[in-house]
Amino acid sequence: MYKGGKIIASLIIFVGLLTIPFFYNMGKVNAGPEINLDTPAILALAPADQQCVESPEVMKANHMQLLNQWREAAVRDGQSVYINSQGKSFEISLQNTCLNCHSTEAEKASVTGGMSNPAFGSTQFCASCHDYNAVQPLCYTCHIGSKEAAK
Amino acid sequence: MSINRRQFLRRAGMLTALGFGGAVAFTGFRKKEVAEAAEYSLKQKAVLATRWAMVVDMSKFKTEDDFNRVTEACHRLHNVPDFKNTKDEIKWIWKDDYHHSFAGGHNQYLDEHIVHSPFMVLCNHCENPPCVKACPTQATFKRRDGIVAMDFHRCIGCRFCMAACPFGARSFNFKDPRPFINEVSPEYPTRTAGVVEKCNFCYERLAKGEQPACVEKSNGGLIFGDLDNPNSEVRKIVSTKFTIRRKPELGTQPCVYYLVGGDDHA
Ligand code: SF4
Repeated sequence: MYKGGKIIASLIIFVGLLTIPFFYNMGKVNAGPEINLDTPAILALAPADQQCVESPEVMKANHMQLLNQWREAAVRDGQSVYINSQGKSFEISLQNTCLNCHSTEAEKASVTGGMSNPAFGSTQFCASCHDYNAVQPLCYTCHIGSKEAAK
Repeated sequence: MSINRRQFLRRAGMLTALGFGGAVAFTGFRKKEVAEAAEYSLKQKAVLATRWAMVVDMSKFKTEDDFNRVTEACHRLHNVPDFKNTKDEIKWIWKDDYHHSFAGGHNQYLDEHIVHSPFMVLCNHCENPPCVKACPTQATFKRRDGIVAMDFHRCIGCRFCMAACPFGARSFNFKDPRPFINEVSPEYPTRTAGVVEKCNFCYERLAKGEQPACVEKSNGGLIFGDLDNPNSEVRKIVSTKFTIRRKPELGTQPCVYYLVGGDDHA
């Protein structure tokens, strides 16, 4: 190969530079998001009722689809009740059903405390994972913490 | 180590197949659908209709307070911001004078009282809504019960609906409304900048079996019900008393009727 030595040497340097971040972070344990599931509202429920509207696996993988379905059902079809796979009914409401459990008093206060466009500064439960994954849905530019918040 | 064309194509084909296969292995078996057994339904208490309509009994709107009480109830419940200037103003239900409400060829000498009294105006939830036709994203749509509703998630802020509505029933959020809401009501979401909004006949309250907030606070001045039901109060009033509607000549078939003058409702 013409000038083979130089080419191969520079290739090795190039690949080395490119992979610096991987080697740099190798072996460092990445603390995952901390998901807070013991809010007062959840703890107040009987242990049998503590499951979310669907099983944790379904919620982890599909909560975005479920939220979209809820939105279609409630806003466009006027169906305000969701009956889950175990036959339990839930009112379709991000504010009054989801956030009722998934936020603490302090978070609720910060959301309704006249905060302008909190974008994603909202409820810790959602934000912990979403910040970690750098996913920023805009739910809380309009939706507010739960019913108890204003009291 | 040179390869001929045939070998190259074969290897490329094999690699491609591997690639597709790999993608299916990763995503194909993942559960994509939300639990299939799940269903959606109405609340048992929900009040249903096929043609929601409202009658505004003008005899019950006399003082400033009669108007303000109604507007305030609605605007507080729905987190309607108060921008304190008419340019940015957002309104769902408000009062306007006779000439703005019922523009068109009116008689030169009309009942003084009527010409000078303000009227309660709101979205008419037209049976034939031009705003729905104008919306390019179907963010505004007509529900089966006749309510012309909005899906704020879908609104792209083009404001075609505002141009299409002959009643000025729609307002646009030029700014982030949140800082201008005095007391946030957790019953209903706020809006964001770049979204159109208007009255929704309180469909979120009807779903819970309640009457619209304005009706509740109107002391009988606003009567709400199913126009298709011959026994409903709105139907009885509309079919036995003299009522007028805003700009009926445009053919949008408004569902808000104004009871003006006439016997005991004068
Ligand atoms: S009054 Fe205006 S906004 Fe309301 S349904 Fe009719 S056209 Fe649409």
